[in-house]
Amino acid sequence: MIAHAIVFYIFSLIAIVSAIMVTVSKNTVNSVFFLILDFISISCLFIMIGAEFLGMIMLIVYVGAVAVLFLFVVMMLNVAQQKNEWFNSSGRSSHIPVGLLVSIIIFFELIIVIGGWKYKPELLDSIAIEINTDLTNTQSLGSVIYTDYIHLFQLSGMVLLVAMIGAIVLTFRQRSGVKRQSYLKQISRDRKDGIELVDVENNKGVKIDA
Amino acid sequence: MLSIGLGHYLTLAAIIFTIGIVGIFLNRKNIIVILMSIELILLAVNINLVSFSIFINDLSGQVFTLFILTVAAAEAAIGLAIIVVYYRNSGTIRVEEIDRLKG
Repeated sequence: MIAHAIVFYIFSLIAIVSAIMVTVSKNTVNSVFFLILDFISISCLFIMIGAEFLGMIMLIVYVGAVAVLFLFVVMMLNVAQQKNEWFNSSGRSSHIPVGLLVSIIIFFELIIVIGGWKYKPELLDSIAIEINTDLTNTQSLGSVIYTDYIHLFQLSGMVLLVAMIGAIVLTFRQRSGVKRQSYLKQISRDRKDGIELVDVENNKGVKIDA
Repeated sequence: MLSIGLGHYLTLAAIIFTIGIVGIFLNRKNIIVILMSIELILLAVNINLVSFSIFINDLSGQVFTLFILTVAAAEAAIGLAIIVVYYRNSGTIRVEEIDRLKG
């Protein structure tokens, strides 16, 4: 129990510190690195609490795809060298005290909700899908996703498809002056467009129109 | 203090959520950090769902976490594509200089 608590505190401390570093870091590349650290420590917490599949999926999806995508964009856009002034208010930025105040109020509201809240007694009777301790986490999730939640699952696949098409359409750019193959032209070429038969007289040669 | 319960996880999620909010409000640099703050907020929501799911012994929270992960990935992809297009058109992604909508 004590070891559990110590591990929880270590991981949550790392998560909180790296979350702070994501927002205050001067260099955007460092922000992305701290984001990766944050995701890794939270997925360790997930694995520790008993949601192994989600922890591993989080590692794959966030660290493997999303964070690398962020890193790629940051390096491609060459914004890493921009000097980032965080509290350096350049004239018209009077939103910092209000923003801090609102965030602190949000935090205390969340804490009050957590502190003063109790289970409704009916809650534990109204469980939708009870966790079966005989099965592994992955097995039980899989047996639910492909049966009860199949429509939502396919819908999330559609969301990913739309996101993929949207990203490609947004960033696609037709460059001028690039030679590229046109299959339609190649296929629809006819014999009489490409070949011309000429009767050549002797000792005259052929004149080719350029 | 030593027995880790639901309240600990909810507090951690509240702290990370608030850090994400602060990152959105107080940002003066590029938009990419704002997108990262949104990812932090979604992460906090995921922590809430997973810890509730474990502590009240109901699996559906984890299923919904999976869908939130999907939506977060899609959102990051679209957001970064928009940022790339904006940078190509205007040459900057600093928050202060993005005032084309005159808001």
